Amino acid sequence: MQGSAAVEGLAALSSIAAQARLWYWQRVSAMVLALCVLVHLATVIYAVRGGLSAAEILARTQGNWAFAHFYLVFVGAVTVHAPIGLARIVEEWLGWRGRASALIAWLFAAVLLMLGLRAVWSVFAGSAA
Amino acid sequence: MSEMLDVRVWRGAAQGHFCSYEVPRQDSQTVLDVVTYIQRRLEPSLSYRFSCRVGMCGSCAMTVNGIARWTCRTHVSKVARDGGLEIAPLSNLPVIKDLATDMREFFDKWASARGRFRGSRSRGDDFEKVEPASPERRAADAGIECIGCGVCHASCDVVSWRPEFLGPAALNRAWTLANDVRDVGQRERLAAVAGDAGCHACHSHGSCTERCPKQIEPTAGIAGLKLRAARAAMRGEL
Repeated sequence: MQGSAAVEGLAALSSIAAQARLWYWQRVSAMVLALCVLVHLATVIYAVRGGLSAAEILARTQGNWAFAHFYLVFVGAVTVHAPIGLARIVEEWLGWRGRASALIAWLFAAVLLMLGLRAVWSVFAGSAA
Repeated sequence: MSEMLDVRVWRGAAQGHFCSYEVPRQDSQTVLDVVTYIQRRLEPSLSYRFSCRVGMCGSCAMTVNGIARWTCRTHVSKVARDGGLEIAPLSNLPVIKDLATDMREFFDKWASARGRFRGSRSRGDDFEKVEPASPERRAADAGIECIGCGVCHASCDVVSWRPEFLGPAALNRAWTLANDVRDVGQRERLAAVAGDAGCHACHSHGSCTERCPKQIEPTAGIAGLKLRAARAAMRGEL
């Protein structure tokens, strides 16, 4: 029963222990997200006072390790949280269980992670399109 | 108060129709009184189930004006709409005939959820001491008064979507035993109630808690089971 819970969990959604672990990971990631979203919104509201340009944003975020770390955590939590929820919806609405819902969840996780990391890298490294 | 009550009662099994009856209105009349009047005076072939008439046995639950209720403790004055009542069998259970449902799968789920106490002591041993104020005893107390009426099961959206879901009553029973410090079958019980057809399928809509005639909160017990099962799984003990 040891090993990477997330990997094992998504690979075998039908196992009861895996389902219980997925629930746990979704709960924990939700707690992280709740904090991240609050910080994110508060920062946006604070930063946007009196108008804000793309150049001003990039000036603050480029090379800012605190910013990069915060959003890496944010992206990580989203990557854990959303695919588990999507798998549940696919199971309940479409009745696709086991391998089908796990595959969809994995693909969705990959897309979220890629988009998230790309966004963080763009505003951190500065070559934003 | 109008003199007569216009009562529509389900007749048949899965296929059937509502029949209308006129029942004289009385003070302090319960919905069970109405059904009994119909069966004794108007429609002798009407099937329904009741026993104690005082809210202890859990056998008289029906759907009254669309909501599952214990009929023996439900006053007509509280639920009648425009001088009328619509009485149907409980939802989410197969109908045997008229207002009587087949409760087998409901109670089979209690067994599946390991709803049976398993101790380790024999009659030769001394009593186990359980502190009444302990958190476990209090948690068990909160759910222990269930009379098995099936109102929560009939009100649960998840049961209607996924018939294999264990349901609020069985999970509430499992939760009371999960808090019984004398029970030695805890690991098997957690494995039986965890996962997709067990506690983790619950959406926490809270219909069971809202409708329970005994004011039990199965939603809270299910949340407790979710957490306990997940923790056990994370420790590799599930």
